Amino acid sequence: MICCTDGCACTLENCLGGDDIRSLDCGYTAARALAVCAVYSPHVLAHSLLTGSRFRIEEKRRAALLGGGQARIDAQHKRGKLTARERILLLLDPDSFDEYDMFVEHRCTDFGMDSSKNKYPGDSVVTGRGRINGRLAYVFSQDFTVFGGSLSGAHAQKICKIMDQAAMVGAPVIGLNDSGGARIQEGVESLAGYADIFLRNVLCSGVIPQISLIMGPCAGGAVYSPALTDFTFMVKDTSYLFITGPDVVKSVTNEDVTQEQLGGAKTHTTVSGVAHRAFENDIDALLNLREFFNYLPLSNRDPAPVCECHDPSDRLVPELDTIVPSESAKAYDMLDIIHSIVDEREFFEIMPMYARNIVVGFARMNGRTVGIVGNQPKVASGCLDINSSVKGARFVRFCDAFNIPLITFVDVPGFLPGTAQEYGGIIRHGAKLLFAFAEATVPKITVITRKAYGGAYDVMSSKHLRGDVNYAWPTAEVAVMGAKGAVQIIFRGKEANAEEEYVEKFANPFPAAVRGFVDDIIQPSSTRTRICHDLDILASKSQSSPWKKHANIPL
Amino acid sequence: MAAAPLLRCGGRRARLPGWETLYSRWCLITSHNLYSSVYDPNEKTFEKLLIANRGEIACRVIKTCKKMGIKTVAIHSDVDANAVHVKMADEAVCVGPAPTSKSYLNMDAIMEVIRKTRAQAVHPGYGFLSENKEFARRLASEGVTFIGPDTHAIQAMGDKIESKLLAKNAKVNTIPGFDGVVKDADEAVRIAREIGYPVMIKASAGGGGKGMRIAWDDEETREGFRFSSQEAASSFGDDRLLIEKFIDNPRHIEIQVLADKHGNALWLNERECSIQRRNQKVVEEAPSTFLDPETRRAMGEQAVALAKAVKYSSAGTVEFLVDSSKNFYFLEMNTRLQVEHPVTECITGLDLVQEMIRVAKGYPLRHKQADIPINGWAVECRVYAEDPYKSFGLPSIGKLSQYQEPLHVPSVRVDSGIQQGSDISIYYDPMISKLITYGSNRAEALKRMEEALDNYVIRGVAHNISLLREVIVHPRFVQGDISTKFLPEVYPDGFKGHELTDLERRQLLATAASLYVAEQLRSQRFLGTPRIPIAKSKRRSWELSVHLGDEIYPVAVSKHGSSFSVEVDGMKLNVTSEWNLASPLLSVTIDGTQRTIQRISRNASGETSIQFLGTVYKLQILTKVAAELSKYMPEKAAEDTSSILRSPMPGTVVAVSVKPGDTVSEGQEICVIEAMKMQNSMIAAKTGKVKAVHCKAGDTVGEEDLLVELE
Repeated sequence: MICCTDGCACTLENCLGGDDIRSLDCGYTAARALAVCAVYSPHVLAHSLLTGSRFRIEEKRRAALLGGGQARIDAQHKRGKLTARERILLLLDPDSFDEYDMFVEHRCTDFGMDSSKNKYPGDSVVTGRGRINGRLAYVFSQDFTVFGGSLSGAHAQKICKIMDQAAMVGAPVIGLNDSGGARIQEGVESLAGYADIFLRNVLCSGVIPQISLIMGPCAGGAVYSPALTDFTFMVKDTSYLFITGPDVVKSVTNEDVTQEQLGGAKTHTTVSGVAHRAFENDIDALLNLREFFNYLPLSNRDPAPVCECHDPSDRLVPELDTIVPSESAKAYDMLDIIHSIVDEREFFEIMPMYARNIVVGFARMNGRTVGIVGNQPKVASGCLDINSSVKGARFVRFCDAFNIPLITFVDVPGFLPGTAQEYGGIIRHGAKLLFAFAEATVPKITVITRKAYGGAYDVMSSKHLRGDVNYAWPTAEVAVMGAKGAVQIIFRGKEANAEEEYVEKFANPFPAAVRGFVDDIIQPSSTRTRICHDLDILASKSQSSPWKKHANIPL
Repeated sequence: MAAAPLLRCGGRRARLPGWETLYSRWCLITSHNLYSSVYDPNEKTFEKLLIANRGEIACRVIKTCKKMGIKTVAIHSDVDANAVHVKMADEAVCVGPAPTSKSYLNMDAIMEVIRKTRAQAVHPGYGFLSENKEFARRLASEGVTFIGPDTHAIQAMGDKIESKLLAKNAKVNTIPGFDGVVKDADEAVRIAREIGYPVMIKASAGGGGKGMRIAWDDEETREGFRFSSQEAASSFGDDRLLIEKFIDNPRHIEIQVLADKHGNALWLNERECSIQRRNQKVVEEAPSTFLDPETRRAMGEQAVALAKAVKYSSAGTVEFLVDSSKNFYFLEMNTRLQVEHPVTECITGLDLVQEMIRVAKGYPLRHKQADIPINGWAVECRVYAEDPYKSFGLPSIGKLSQYQEPLHVPSVRVDSGIQQGSDISIYYDPMISKLITYGSNRAEALKRMEEALDNYVIRGVAHNISLLREVIVHPRFVQGDISTKFLPEVYPDGFKGHELTDLERRQLLATAASLYVAEQLRSQRFLGTPRIPIAKSKRRSWELSVHLGDEIYPVAVSKHGSSFSVEVDGMKLNVTSEWNLASPLLSVTIDGTQRTIQRISRNASGETSIQFLGTVYKLQILTKVAAELSKYMPEKAAEDTSSILRSPMPGTVVAVSVKPGDTVSEGQEICVIEAMKMQNSMIAAKTGKVKAVHCKAGDTVGEEDLLVELE
């Protein structure tokens, strides 16, 4: 509805009555607009400009709602993308969005930027707070229709404002990224803006969950904000993350590469490990984000949320009694175990396509959010290597920071040997996972389903690293290494029945159990019941580490 | 109760739980009184019996052995080490690797187990060695009782021509025809003309409908002769052919007989098994809607006459084809326990396995013909792990991620040999179970079957519940108007699932929308007292858009207490349920009509699949706002990576199971790669022909190396 352009006496009520506004209005109700108007009205009371002022407020507001204008909105849609406001509409509960800084404009005066046609109320980002399933969240959504979503000083300032408030209140920040990069016309002002956001990302880290959803381009310095947040999700085919685009790559390294190959969702979820998950399109991504949000506590001051649960906590899982194959070299799918144990088989996997030899993700046990870490025997035998160690470590640290109990399923033959791994620094990277499990003070429950060999046994949330409850299934083998290798070292291959003897002695849960390194050998079918019960008890766990400024994790 | 079995497991002895629950499942069945043969504890019987079979029939035999106090020995292949029959038996011994020729058909290994375990008798079940006279002979030579007829009867009835000759001599109606060596095509034509068209031509030695060809004229007879004689020579090494009158639109009705070693024989009424696909039975019932008492008696008496003629002992089945004028013709005699024996047990009250064991021990039958009743009606559905949308059923394999039998429905018996977590593998028959319902009349039995099928939870593999449910409610089936051509006649273009009526579609849409809202409401319910209060939604109505098939339906839902009022297609429906979102089964009442539905899957994007009236429907539910915006979402071309198989990791190729030109089915093993001392099975992502194989056993491969290409 483009009316009132002649500055006439069109009343506020008239303007708000239009259907067009309603459809674009992210819960910005007529009532609230009127209230804002009332606040402004004393200044112009009894003045002939009264209607003019009201008109200007509304005009700005309407302009803000239209972002870069209908033509650019259409172009955005044509790219298969939603607008910044449409995204907020889908992400938040209906009528729950409270917008901040709708009247903020950029302050650049160079290159003709100060002309009125280059000013957009709200500039290139929409910010505010709202509710997801009733719970508070702060949101910024970059508006590609305004200067390609580029980051101006004002844009950065708007983001910083909600981040500051989110940190104070203790509620997560969700960033919907769709930006061409720095506002070049503003020069260093724009760079300063990035740095202001980076600093807040760092200060908020471990205080409130920060989630980035990349829904368009995100290049250059801009990529470091998502990288600093806890989770980076991407939209397939329409989002890109890279330090420099294909053109620069070509000129510097002479490589021919497409945007998609360089920094598309597939690259970052399978090769680089930069992104944690990718979704089909904007709608799919936003609806998944709503579901994901329900797993998270609002801040480090809050316990892991507990949802209403219909899945009985004492449900037995009989198929687990036979899920581990009797041949110790045969693979099985750790996801089968996870799905059958957690509430309603719902598992929100993090980085499902990257370092698939370890499985991490969120689930619920009797309604309570838990973080699950499991070796995946189906992929590379479930060994620990550089990528899986880093993937696991980051996930464990997130859970620890936000009071989410950790459940670890262990079937690990050891660290992956080889020059590629050694040269790549497996010692340094493997230490990250060790560090993360050791420093974690959230409830830690460990289930050894089969192999727990060598140093990897220690690493995987063992009793020695302050594991609260450590279980072994009857199929568990806790040993320094597999029978074949061990026998070669102990007997140098001279003893005929040595392997059998070794298996008899070590390839079972007893050596660990008699030393108290596992608390019990349990029937696999009872695992869900035991864990649910343990979590109830451990909810009041209190454990601390020595005072320090911060630890020095081997980065 | 006997001690739990001890099993070898990974080199250690471990006590595995599970069969106690199975045992109680059995008790439940007997308490349903679906068979009730009295067991006389003073009657001496075998001390230990080996079951030379697997799956449901092995479990079925073990149940009766337990009742009779007989110790049981199970045999199994290595992949079956954790199978239900292994857990139920008192002892279990592995007889070889997965392929049946190396395990369940491996007579040497089985004989060795019999010697080692000192089993006194062997029950062969059906299939495998059940009609193998060599096996029966070897058992006899070692003084072990074969639970079945003598080798003489097995041999006589196993041969198409000899059995027909015997039947003729015993005055059993046989189909007019010729059996023997046919010199050439001209002779075949002459014989066919004598019998009168249409005629059926097949190799004498071929079992069942294998290699069967129908000829309606001389030309087709010549063609049939050529194919059948080639097949007879190449597959069976036996030139004889069978040419006989082809019965158009026949019903398959069989008579259960039971005979002892003292010359007594009984007929235990009929089973109607006309619902078949590719000559395999799908739905069976007893009695038949088609037989009158006279025909039944005539068939029964002829069956008994045949049994006596071959000095038959044990349980056996005489199969007949019955034409529309109730003329019946002898087809063949199966000298074993049939798959569909439970329906006979239901209506007669006899435990056929128990009777077989008694007879084998040498006891005379305890019943007279006049004692054999027809009590009520029983229907059996064979529940298969297969996709009914492809040729009425192509096998599906996988792990039963969730499995729950409908034993809470009254008068239901489920004979199965699998449980939640079991693998349905390519090595064996993909039958999941036999679902049997009983009622005082046919309508009651069918009503219960409908309920039982709706309440059957099978997840992780494709299954044929949808087809079974459609068959049992089809007007032709309900009226008893069936023949062996029922499926191709009723579904000439193949089975496509249930066709929703307008009302049913509204019921489905209303249920799906209500489930969606119930889920949305639950996701706002957090327990405890949060630091930042949760904004309680005061919303009571939802405008949704539901995508089903090719249509998008606007659906309005409003909440009234625990029920939902749903407006769809201008019609208001009231939907109530307990809305237990974790239960695999959901009882929903829609405007007073109770339906049991299953929500098979859901995701955050509103996609859900719901099993409704037996068929699984895919829906997507979005809010009106999201649905309107979805028009901007880009269309995506599906990326096809299913035709190439790459190594997921560096390793050594241990085995390659395919060669170029082979046809592989989805999920079939293509090769095995060993990495870090672990064997990983690479499977086909789709069904197709192998185009090229790029690796061989012993090769070292790197990650992402191309292994096999499909066409």
